[in-house]
Amino acid sequence: MLATLVVVFREAIEAALIIAIVMGASRGIPNRGRWVLAGIALGIAGAGLVALFADALSNAFSGSGQPLFDAGVLLAAVGMLAWHNIWMSSHGRAMAAEVRELGQAVQGGSRPLAALMVICLVAIMREGSEVVLFLWAITTGGGDLWGMLAGGFVGLACGVLLGVFIYRGLLKIPMRYFFTVTSWLVLLIAAGLAAQAASFLNQAGLLPALGNSLWDSSRLLDQGSLAGQMLHVLVGYTARPSGIQLLFYGLTLVAIFVPMQLMAQRHHRHGRRHKH
Amino acid sequence: MTLAPRLPLFLASALLAVSAFGAGPDAPVTLDIKDRGFVPQELPLPAGVKVELVIRNQDALPAEFESYDLSREIVVPAHGQVKVYIGPLDPGRYRFFNDFYQSAEGWVVVAATAK
Repeated sequence: MLATLVVVFREAIEAALIIAIVMGASRGIPNRGRWVLAGIALGIAGAGLVALFADALSNAFSGSGQPLFDAGVLLAAVGMLAWHNIWMSSHGRAMAAEVRELGQAVQGGSRPLAALMVICLVAIMREGSEVVLFLWAITTGGGDLWGMLAGGFVGLACGVLLGVFIYRGLLKIPMRYFFTVTSWLVLLIAAGLAAQAASFLNQAGLLPALGNSLWDSSRLLDQGSLAGQMLHVLVGYTARPSGIQLLFYGLTLVAIFVPMQLMAQRHHRHGRRHKH
Repeated sequence: MTLAPRLPLFLASALLAVSAFGAGPDAPVTLDIKDRGFVPQELPLPAGVKVELVIRNQDALPAEFESYDLSREIVVPAHGQVKVYIGPLDPGRYRFFNDFYQSAEGWVVVAATAK
């Protein structure tokens, strides 16, 4: 069933893109695979729970429970991405050197492994719960069960493949630039997720919109198109952004970038002092 | 606190709502989901005011109200109802759709107000 394939694929790529990039960004951190897998497993369980309790969630906070939950979960992910990036800004150089020379990982320090887990959990839970509800809507709507399962499976497989493809592509980046590229990718994803959170808080009536369409680029790049959707995940592309979305985007960029720079400088100075 | 600067706007919207629908000042606007589609398919909303939109799902299937134009996305459980705030909007047409049944679409239509 083509409709199922397309929907599952679209949800899967959103999660796959995020996981592929944090996998790249955490390259060389020991045990990260285990934590990412744990995040994926918890995410699948979480997706089932969110779908199961969709009623209760929707009814909470007089009908605004869902956007509030979404905003909370997104902001948690933003915090974790920030932690990861700020940590990497002081360890990235050493890690790049070790990965290059030994193909091995640095030890020590409180590595942001829990952050990796939470990011994967959130990515899978958000997209997964929609897939579960969608599949439920299709089957109870009298859709063909086997066609749906086949479509869902192929869609999921395509999404995972795309994730693997992107991860492999990232690994081709020369080590010298590798962590610079991945930390920019993580930074932009975090800003985009913060903008989404702002939109959910505005949807729940908690934040003003500050202007509803600051621009309209939907003719240039439709947000519903595949490219539009991928850019939505990667850099937070929104065809008709509101002021509050843009504000959250910019604030998040600054709030992560500035500590990153400070940590990198401090680490650099510290490293030089150590040599003399 | 946040109401104070919006008070004139709020009063204007209240007046508009009372004159247009004869209802209370903050009566929410309702959109129904029936047979996976939207009723009404064209939803007229006033310009320049924040609107509380209640979406009721009459079906035994979950639906997802989604709009790129409005940056809105919310699952509406089977026989459930949810609330979203929209606007203040400029005059224009804003497309929304059921993400779980994408051929079902509708428009928020905001007419230019004669003031």
